[in-house]
Amino acid sequence: MTEKKYPHHKVTGPDGAEFVVTPMEDYYCQERPQVQKSSNAVIEKFYNWARANSLWIVGFGTGCGAIEMRPLRTPRFDAYRYGVNWRATPRQSNLFIISGYLSVKTLKRVIRVYEQMQSPKYVLGLGSCTINGGMYWDSYNTIKRLDHYIPVDAYIPGCMPRPEALLDGFEELKKIIIAGEANGANLYAENFDWYKANQKKIIKNWDMPDYSW
Amino acid sequence: MNFDPMKIPWSLLGLVIVFTIGMFIRGIVPKITARAGMRIGIRFYQPWIDLIKHFSIQTSITHGVMFYLGPVFRLTGGVSMILFMPLIYGSWYFSNFAFAGDMVLFLYMMFFGTLGMALGAGESGHPYSAIGVSRGLAQVTVAEIPLVLALLSVAAQHNTLSITEIVAAQQGGISHWTMVTNPVATMAGMLALLGSMMNSPFNVVLAPQEIPVGPPTEYHGTFLGIMNTNRSIFPVAKVVFFMNIFFGGATNWGILILKSFIIYMWPVFVGLVFPRFRVDQSIRWFLKVPMLLGILAVALI
Repeated sequence: MTEKKYPHHKVTGPDGAEFVVTPMEDYYCQERPQVQKSSNAVIEKFYNWARANSLWIVGFGTGCGAIEMRPLRTPRFDAYRYGVNWRATPRQSNLFIISGYLSVKTLKRVIRVYEQMQSPKYVLGLGSCTINGGMYWDSYNTIKRLDHYIPVDAYIPGCMPRPEALLDGFEELKKIIIAGEANGANLYAENFDWYKANQKKIIKNWDMPDYSW
Repeated sequence: MNFDPMKIPWSLLGLVIVFTIGMFIRGIVPKITARAGMRIGIRFYQPWIDLIKHFSIQTSITHGVMFYLGPVFRLTGGVSMILFMPLIYGSWYFSNFAFAGDMVLFLYMMFFGTLGMALGAGESGHPYSAIGVSRGLAQVTVAEIPLVLALLSVAAQHNTLSITEIVAAQQGGISHWTMVTNPVATMAGMLALLGSMMNSPFNVVLAPQEIPVGPPTEYHGTFLGIMNTNRSIFPVAKVVFFMNIFFGGATNWGILILKSFIIYMWPVFVGLVFPRFRVDQSIRWFLKVPMLLGILAVALI
C-alpha cells in the first residue's frame, strides 16, 4: 500500500547526478521509540512535580467533548491558575485530551499527533466513549476502547462530563504524575508491536511510517 | 574599552539579576492581564515551573545543525544585549562591558536573535515556521525604523553613541531626561517599543489562533527552555535600554526595577485595549505616525 502510494522515483540533482529516492525511507525516520529511564530518583521526583504543575494540552479537539474544554479558559473556570495551558503544536504539549468519541478517520490523526509529542506524555480520556464506546458502542465508524490504541493515564467518565469534572481530572492526573505512575510513553514503547497491530486492524489505508517522529 | 577580567563575574551576576526580574515580570504581567479579563490568572511562579518542565522533557527531534543553533543565537542576542549595556549608572560593578559605540551594538544584537531564529526555524522545514518567521522579520524590521530615527535624534542631541554618556547627560532630575528634552524622539521610540514586545496589537507572529505559535512550532524540550530563558532576558534588556536612553537611567537596582516595570507595562496596557493587527496593517501603521515622528525628531535636532 505504502509502496504503491509513494513509489521509488529518480531525481536529477543540480549538478546533473541522478539518484533514486524512496520517500518512506529517505524522508521519514524509521526508528522505533525507546523506553526512557531516569538515572536519578530524586531529580526524577523533582521533574515530575514540575511536569505535573505545568500541563500543556495539545489543542486538538477529537470529538464533541472538545466543547467542554473551551469554558476552562473563561473567567468562570480559569484553568490557567492550575498551571494548565493550551498549545497549538504537539511538539510543545505534554497532555493529550481525547475528548469523546474517536472515529476511525480521527484515530489516524490522533496516533500521529500522539507520536509527535515528546515523552513523558500523558493522555486523558474524556467521556464514556473513550472507556467503552459509550452511546456509540455499536457504531461502525468509531473505536470502543481507547487504551487499545494509545496508553491512557486517566479517564473522566460522563456523557458529557462538565468542565468541573475536567478540572478534577487534571488534579487526579497531577497526583498520578507526582507519584511517578504516568508512564504512558514507556508503556507505548515497550508494547509497541501490540499497539501497532491494534491500530493497523482499524486503519485499513496505513500510508504513514510506523512511528511518526 | 579597557578590559578588566574582574568584570566578568559581576556582569554575570547582573545577567542573573536581570533574568530573575524577567521571570517575575513574566509571572506578574499575565496575572495583571488575567485580572483585566476578570480571571484569577496563573501563579506568579508559574514561569519557573514551566522552565524546569521544558528542561525535563525529552529532546529527540532534530532537523540539522541550524535547528540547534536557532535558540542558541536567540539567547546569544539577549545575553549580549545585557553584557554590553550599563545597567546601573555610576556603578563599576554593573556597568558591564559598556564602550563608546554600545548603542550601535545594541541595535545590532536586537536583530541578531531574530535572524538566528529565522535560520533555525527555516531549517525545521515546517511551513508554519516559515510563515511565522517572514511575518516576524517584516514586523521587527519596520518597527526598527522609528526606533533608529529616534536613537539618531538622541545621539545627535548628546553628540555621542555611548549609552553611558547619554545616561550621564540626563542626571540631575526629571527636567534633564530625554523624555523632557527631546519628547518627539521619546514618542517615536515608545511607539516603536510596542512593535517588538510581543503584546497585542503586534503579536500576530506568535498568536496560537493565527498559525500555530509561529516560528517555534517545531521547537520543544530543551530548545524551548533556552528560548524561554531568552524571553525573560530579551524584553527586560530592551526595557532597560529604553530606560537608559529616554528616562534617565538608574543609579541603583530599586530604581531600575521600578522604571523597567513601568516601561514594561506600557505595551501591556496598550495590548489590553487594542485588538490584534494583521502584519500588513502593523507595517502600514509603523510607516505612518511613528516614522513621521522619528523623521520630525531628527529634523528638530
